Amino acid sequence: MSAVVIETNTAVPVPTTPWKQTRRKQIVSASTVALSALIAVVIVLITGFAGVDGWAFTFLIVSLLVTAVRALKADAKVRKEMFVTVAIFATAALAFTPWMSIFASVVMKGARGFRPNFFVGDMRTTIPDDELNLGGAGHAIVGSLMMVLNATIITLPLGILSGVYLTEVRGRLTFLVRFVVQSMSGVPSIVAGLFIYTTFVNYTNSFSGLAGSFALAILMLPTVARTAEEVLKLVPDDLRSASYALGARQWRTSLMVVLPTVRSGLTTAAILGVARVIGETAPLLLTSLSSNSFVFNPLGGPVGSLPTYVFGLLQIGTENSTNRAWTGALVLMLLVLALFTTARFIGGKDRR
Amino acid sequence: MVENPQINVVTMVEAQSPQSNFRGLEAKNIHAWFGKHHVLSDVSLRFPERTVTGLIGPSGCGKSTFIRLLNRMHEFIPSAAMAGQVLKDGEDIYAPEIDAATVRLKIGMVFQKPNPFPAMNIRENVLSGIKLAHLKVADHDSIVENCLTRAGLWKEVKDRLNATGGSLSGGQQQRLCIARSLAVEPNVLLMDEPCSALDPGSTLRIEETIKELAEKIAVVIVTHNMQQAARVSDFCAFFLTDGGPGYLVEAAPTKILFTNPSDVRTADYVQGKFG
Repeated sequence: MSAVVIETNTAVPVPTTPWKQTRRKQIVSASTVALSALIAVVIVLITGFAGVDGWAFTFLIVSLLVTAVRALKADAKVRKEMFVTVAIFATAALAFTPWMSIFASVVMKGARGFRPNFFVGDMRTTIPDDELNLGGAGHAIVGSLMMVLNATIITLPLGILSGVYLTEVRGRLTFLVRFVVQSMSGVPSIVAGLFIYTTFVNYTNSFSGLAGSFALAILMLPTVARTAEEVLKLVPDDLRSASYALGARQWRTSLMVVLPTVRSGLTTAAILGVARVIGETAPLLLTSLSSNSFVFNPLGGPVGSLPTYVFGLLQIGTENSTNRAWTGALVLMLLVLALFTTARFIGGKDRR
Repeated sequence: MVENPQINVVTMVEAQSPQSNFRGLEAKNIHAWFGKHHVLSDVSLRFPERTVTGLIGPSGCGKSTFIRLLNRMHEFIPSAAMAGQVLKDGEDIYAPEIDAATVRLKIGMVFQKPNPFPAMNIRENVLSGIKLAHLKVADHDSIVENCLTRAGLWKEVKDRLNATGGSLSGGQQQRLCIARSLAVEPNVLLMDEPCSALDPGSTLRIEETIKELAEKIAVVIVTHNMQQAARVSDFCAFFLTDGGPGYLVEAAPTKILFTNPSDVRTADYVQGKFG
């Protein structure tokens, strides 16, 4: 046996994970968190701080103080590490708590009206103050989905084409196009609605679903175009070179190599655009208005939508109408949640 | 310079094919610029059909710029400019009536980094050139088999032609890229350090592929690996830079360039004294 070999051992050793925290350390960390949380609860109960957000803010400060006490024994480097770790976790909790509290209150208040008839019924023969097992928001859900679908059909080709122009063609107007897209993302949503109101609604002499789609498309375009541009920028130049070296022309390269490579990213762009506009209320008040019954014709007069449904019922202000509004808000949130989950799922399936 | 190196090239090529109907690629007094920066100065070289030419020289001496000029990939860099002529079978590929895409169809290129198309499977990758250039071909299956066989990859992938290109190893991906460039039947294949990211086994396999290719077409290969240049090439050209633009020091049949070069700098370089 050569000199560098220490010793051979035929027995298979027990697998260990020495890089993981020991049980004792885990208990110490967990008890620090629990102690801070408890102290924060006590402070919220006996002082002027109130609510979940007050608790989260108190928790941030208390956990840092508790850590300071614990860190007295540790040496300087370990102390810094402890502080930063606690600060990161506590601020994450601080950011997460309001969101959770909004979500929780919408779920709790919306749950009362969350029943099958809410999804299939409409408000044609139901007055807002009727019992919750009467009527529903089916017309608003259908109206929202139809308007958003039409807006997507208008926006997606435009957004992808402007992304292709900015990253692939890089024509003389690149700067102008990018500038316009960026300015468009700052347009207040009511201005988009007003624009369609003074043009399309005035011209057709009627509120309509199509007018709503146009207004939403204006708001959606910058999101889709900018996301598409970012996604297309990620395509390595290698692939374009490879395509050109095979004798391909620019448009074939864009269409057959670049766009298919980022198929999932472009889907994400579309979904982000949809999520951007599905909750818009102001532009719809000026374009599609609202309706109490199902409207399937995009040019067939005013159309109901979830945001205007929520807005209208909240203004009436009776108990049952407010409950209906909360359920509408819940459905809207679930729709957006479903869209983002889909986007995540499709985006995550990317090969790189 | 000890003597004009171009005399070497011309005499050596003329021994094989008469000037009048020269078949292959010919670069005449090529210069290249990026903006005001002069990167390549007065390079003249000939690449006859059925030969392998190795381009060697230290980094930054303009080898890659030179071969990108040979199939009009140079012009994709916005500030690029050039002077001189590139003739393919006697026809200037930079003439105004010539279409760049058609030039690239006949003068293929393999890049340093393997770059299979990620949205396509192995079979689609091989056929991509045909689809991209709108070529009409009857029998796709035989092209896939033929090209993959010539690239030395057929046996390894014939049972998984529907797998993505990214699922292959680096060496296999590079051979897939070679197969892809063969499918459009180029007359010249330019290779820019095709083996620099590969292990010795894959390198050897690609070198065999290059030799097989040279039975039909002209191959130009840029390499930093002197042994590789000695193994695969019939002719070799040595580029150098003195801080200014890169230039051609010497071009000769590979054996002569490696054993009895006419320039002392070539001798120093091939013996590993610098670079």
